Amino acid sequence: MNYVASIGSYAIMIKEVFKKPTKWRIMRSLILKEIDELIFGSLGILIFISFFIGGVVAIQTALNITSELIPKNLVGFATRQSIILEFAPTFCSIIMAGKVGSYITSSIGTMRVTEQIDALEVMGVNALNYLVFPKIVALLMYPFIIAVSMFVGILGGWMAATFGGHSTSADFAEGLTLDFMPFHVTYAFIKTLVFAFVLATIPSFHGFYMKGGALDVGKASTTSFVWTSIVIVILNGILTQLLLG
Amino acid sequence: MIEVDNIHKSFGNAHILKGISTTFNKGQTNLIIGQSGSGKTVFLKCLLGLHEPEQGTISYDGKAYGKLTGDERRNLRQEMGMVFQGSALFDSMTVEGNVRFPLEMFTKQSKSEMQDRVDFVLKRVNLVDAHHKFPSEISGGMQKRVAIARAIVMNPKYLFCDEPNSGLDPKTAIVIDNLIQEITEEYDITTIINTHDMNSVMEIGKKIIFLKDGLKAWEGTNKDIFKTENEAVTNFVYSSDLFKKVRQMYLEERN
Repeated sequence: MNYVASIGSYAIMIKEVFKKPTKWRIMRSLILKEIDELIFGSLGILIFISFFIGGVVAIQTALNITSELIPKNLVGFATRQSIILEFAPTFCSIIMAGKVGSYITSSIGTMRVTEQIDALEVMGVNALNYLVFPKIVALLMYPFIIAVSMFVGILGGWMAATFGGHSTSADFAEGLTLDFMPFHVTYAFIKTLVFAFVLATIPSFHGFYMKGGALDVGKASTTSFVWTSIVIVILNGILTQLLLG
Repeated sequence: MIEVDNIHKSFGNAHILKGISTTFNKGQTNLIIGQSGSGKTVFLKCLLGLHEPEQGTISYDGKAYGKLTGDERRNLRQEMGMVFQGSALFDSMTVEGNVRFPLEMFTKQSKSEMQDRVDFVLKRVNLVDAHHKFPSEISGGMQKRVAIARAIVMNPKYLFCDEPNSGLDPKTAIVIDNLIQEITEEYDITTIINTHDMNSVMEIGKKIIFLKDGLKAWEGTNKDIFKTENEAVTNFVYSSDLFKKVRQMYLEERN
């Protein structure tokens, strides 16, 4: 019953986010600030993780090719497919649920605990629009960092495969272009945009409606990470079936 | 002036406010006192329009809140200033940014007009060299002054203060009390203060409402509170030996 009530509250929150907009002059600076915090602030960690995961995918694939009948270009092919289809859009989103999601929940939750949200409401400001809308708009740029993650992941795979002696550069490049379907990239970016909305709104929901003190801000951040991850995984299944099934 | 007529507020099965009626006059400091759990905060939130009573009316200079449209309510909100218990300053903004915030949100003033107004109110609350500091860089007393400056920057008709002295040393508490009283009289504001602080009650309580179990148990002035025989009030206000002695001395002097 609680879950149904929470889904209802979440839907009402989304409706409120788009009502009574904040002045554009103020909103513009809020959006730019959020782009800096949420997008550029996450770029470093995603590049770092993507590079090494791409490398490990290439090494693991190469080490598991034991039959001479399997072509050497499989390393490049498997790296491309893993990174573009799943690692960059889905697993990076789960990493982002931890990094960006907990930041959003704790910052909004702290504002709730310290009555800053009450202060906004008393002034007649639509606190949901003021706090959540800039995050939704900023995360529209999320596909940009996922594109960077795809590039760096494949780069990591290429470097690990060639410098590690698991594949030649030519084999890897051949695998990268083998049976390439541009729609797979479109599919990845559609998922990314849906996950961006989830990343902006579910942590905001947990922060905005939290009750209690400082300890509860920590609990809300954990709950927010768990639920954001669960929703991303479920939506990943649904979208994959709808778009590729 | 704010007129409250028989308001009731419940949360689930808990009946918090059980029919409070009173009038808060403008140009004077009106205090709400009572034990924890007596309904003070819920009452204040009803006055702020954050909670809507199930029964009864609250009128602001003759305008009943329940009959206002959404836009009229938002306009009324802009005539209210609020000083929160913990100041509730925006951490990400400087002192100046906090005070300028309502002007940026609700007025079409130019940057220089806003700056003049911010400088004026900060000077009014005796904060002249903290413009560019963040809330975490200033003392609790200064934070309260910034909160007061932010609350009055839009020239409110109604000023609400929730425990403005909590966490302050006695000397700073008196400074804040006096500042609120001066501003109230100077700008003819209807000020309502929710407090536990007995010094405030004695010093600036031009009108005092004592709440007990969601009901108005007593009302009067800071002079009346010395004379009252209402047991609930005397038990609450004179719970410390010091205040008992002060009252005794007052009554002996009077006789």
